[in-house]
Amino acid sequence: MMELIVNGASRQVSEQFTAADLVEDLGLTGRRLAVEVNGELLPRSRFNQHHFNPGDRVEIVQAIGGG
Amino acid sequence: MSSIATENNTPREDTLTIGETTYRSRLLVGTGKYKDLDETRDAIDASGAEIVTVAIRRTNIGQNPGEPNLLDVISPDRYTILPNTAGCYTADDAVRTCRLARELLDGHDLVKLEVLGDERTLYPDVVQTLSAAETLVADGFKVMVYTSDDPILAKRLEEIGCVAVMPLAAPIGSGLGIQNRYNVMEIVENAQVPILVDAGVGTASDAAIAMELGCDGVLMNTAIAAARDPVLMASAMKKAIEAGREAFLAGRMAKKRYASASSPLEGTFF
Repeated sequence: MMELIVNGASRQVSEQFTAADLVEDLGLTGRRLAVEVNGELLPRSRFNQHHFNPGDRVEIVQAIGGG
Repeated sequence: MSSIATENNTPREDTLTIGETTYRSRLLVGTGKYKDLDETRDAIDASGAEIVTVAIRRTNIGQNPGEPNLLDVISPDRYTILPNTAGCYTADDAVRTCRLARELLDGHDLVKLEVLGDERTLYPDVVQTLSAAETLVADGFKVMVYTSDDPILAKRLEEIGCVAVMPLAAPIGSGLGIQNRYNVMEIVENAQVPILVDAGVGTASDAAIAMELGCDGVLMNTAIAAARDPVLMASAMKKAIEAGREAFLAGRMAKKRYASASSPLEGTFF
């Protein structure tokens, strides 16, 4: 297992996890969202290939009400 | 909807073009501060707006997994979604937010850039705003930019390549109305891109004034969402925008200091 920081909170995940696995593990599969790793956009087209490094800071965002 | 007579007297539709897209409504609305998603949907429907702003925030993890999503209610199929960079205080954060938004919206590249200076005024940090605008335009974004009502700065943002410049009328959420209409007029007269008042509108007359000054549109959120009846206010705003636009196109009468009788002075029998 390794630690990721997902939306500011620590989370233990398998070292084999891809970004797609993480999204699924969080119950967010199929949701309209976007992901950034260490400040860099991770396109959805790369979710299946992308593996994390220990300590990666992952941000998962969505659209909410705002002006 | 307004139409204007052309030289051969056939009416043509009065439309707003931003980037390459043409809209019939000149009212742009936000989706913040509503009681719930039903009220959001109903108010936006009543406003007639075609461009709707959203914010980009962290997904709540582990809480309310079945929670309805804003974009289920405000569908990108029906509306042009305009993601904003609200809450960003640096150019870097604003650029990150826009890149996430573009990914979120499947490559849709229209964004509302705002980089704020401080929490008390929510005035734009114009230095950071200029820097972010340059980066975003170079990265292929169509940038609608929130800025102060400074005519020089508005022109710089246009020159950078922003597709619309959006000066504030008064501080965000203040509802104070247009505080410096001469600056807004100056910005409008010098502009080659659409100028929209963004922020500060409080009620329908404020929106009408913005349009009478020649603005191409108005973007508002709190004026509708914080009204006692947001749906009714949305309807009022729709009419105010249309009335103000028609008044601008009609060309107002000159102001005079003294009275000028409306009825003929000839032919009186008394």
